[in-house]
Amino acid sequence: MIEVEHLSKSFNKFKAVDDVSFKVEKGELFALLGPNGAGKSTTIKMLTTLLKPSSGKLTLNGHDVMRNPDAVRSSFGIVFQDPSLDSDLTAYENMELHAVLYNVAKGQVKPRVKELMKLVGLWERKDSLVKTYSGGMKRRLEIARGLLHHPKVLFLDEPTLGLDTQTRNLLWQYVDNLARQNDMTVLFTTHYLEEAENNADRIAIIDQGKLLRIGTPKELLKDTQTTNLEQAYLKLTGHEIRDEEVDPHESWRAIRRARSMR
Amino acid sequence: MRVIYILWLRQLKKYFRSRSRIVGAIGQPLLFLLALGYGLGSIYKEAGQGNYLQFLVPGIMAQTVLFSAMFFGAMIIFDRQFGFLKETLVAPVSRFKIMLGGALGGATTAVIQGSLVFLVSLLLGFRPMHWLGSLLALVFMSILALAITSFSSGIGTFVEDMQGFQAINQFIVFPLYFLSGALYPLTHVPSWLRIIAEFNPISYTVDALRYAMLGTSRFSITHDLIAMGITLAVMMVFAAIRFRHIET
Repeated sequence: MIEVEHLSKSFNKFKAVDDVSFKVEKGELFALLGPNGAGKSTTIKMLTTLLKPSSGKLTLNGHDVMRNPDAVRSSFGIVFQDPSLDSDLTAYENMELHAVLYNVAKGQVKPRVKELMKLVGLWERKDSLVKTYSGGMKRRLEIARGLLHHPKVLFLDEPTLGLDTQTRNLLWQYVDNLARQNDMTVLFTTHYLEEAENNADRIAIIDQGKLLRIGTPKELLKDTQTTNLEQAYLKLTGHEIRDEEVDPHESWRAIRRARSMR
Repeated sequence: MRVIYILWLRQLKKYFRSRSRIVGAIGQPLLFLLALGYGLGSIYKEAGQGNYLQFLVPGIMAQTVLFSAMFFGAMIIFDRQFGFLKETLVAPVSRFKIMLGGALGGATTAVIQGSLVFLVSLLLGFRPMHWLGSLLALVFMSILALAITSFSSGIGTFVEDMQGFQAINQFIVFPLYFLSGALYPLTHVPSWLRIIAEFNPISYTVDALRYAMLGTSRFSITHDLIAMGITLAVMMVFAAIRFRHIET
């Protein structure tokens, strides 16, 4: 369903992604793990047509990502790492706009929006402007929005950041169900390793732009001779703290997000 | 069509929810009308040119549309900073439709602003020669508005922050406006200024607005319309190309 072949991306001299190759099968829940600045988000941006690779080949749902971006865009849904809501619109209006952008049939819009907003517990607040929402509520709304059009491939870039355990569990349950029922492929990143351990069929660990290891959670433990994923992860990526290279927009959003989380 | 409509509607909702934007965009033209209209009016009359306020109002309407439409480019920059732009860019919709929906919305709000200035100027004593012509003015304002929202959205795709955007406003849009004949007639100006004005797309909208509301114009209305049409086409192509290559 997703094929990444010798993917590289450089920003000036900095190599954000360095010769990464992997495949994700249809219906698979696939986790991309790595420290900050490892190249996870950059990889997702390239897969979702937001960024052009420096070299390499990407295929999604049988379509070449660079040659046929429109076909690719109609195949996936995404929950971004940073906020991407219009805060001057109400929650319902944000959902409705998304439904129209993704060509959800007219009669389907309201029932689906209702179902998903109820799932994330926001239906009572549907007519509030998003700027009155707390950070956690915005996050829940974004997740509901990403699921709205039942995509073939779903990208979740740190979807559960800043959410409480209850909401995280609920979310994973829903994603899991949706994936099994519709044979949906899910590629996600997270810093909560137990989420990957519990939900992912396979895990890829990347660091400094390079793919270090790929396999089922069990295989990773066996390979590294560890007893849980956190140990395996630390064994592969080391203990030091990373600096993240960010562009001005990213850092600006990071500040906003830190504020809204408070 | 549904996509263009909902993106258009989004701009209108945002506009009507922001009272400060409505009031702010009226303030500047009102200042121009009062300070220039009353300040220069008597000199203008002494020079044998008639009523300056009558002459000035179409120019100020063009100014309002111009700067309101430029503001749409700032909205693209905000959309990028607040992350919403990505939401539209990954959608399975042609980038042209995304650009067009927003630009039409921005243009609609710019025309509303221009019309508000028209109403205010009626209170100040402006009288159009043809009331029906004022409806024609709506058409001309719309063409200018869409051309400029296309231009500003194209600019908004590669200018990273508001400071850069302000610089473009200062160095491109303000000169175009001041050299357009919006504030003074182009009949007695030095020839270099007249040549600039003839290459300046804003001149033709100002001229067409005078034609619609006062019945007098410097160029023929066909000439004005052709110039405005070319400007609109060029700007839309520019914006469409910029949107196709946008990255975040």
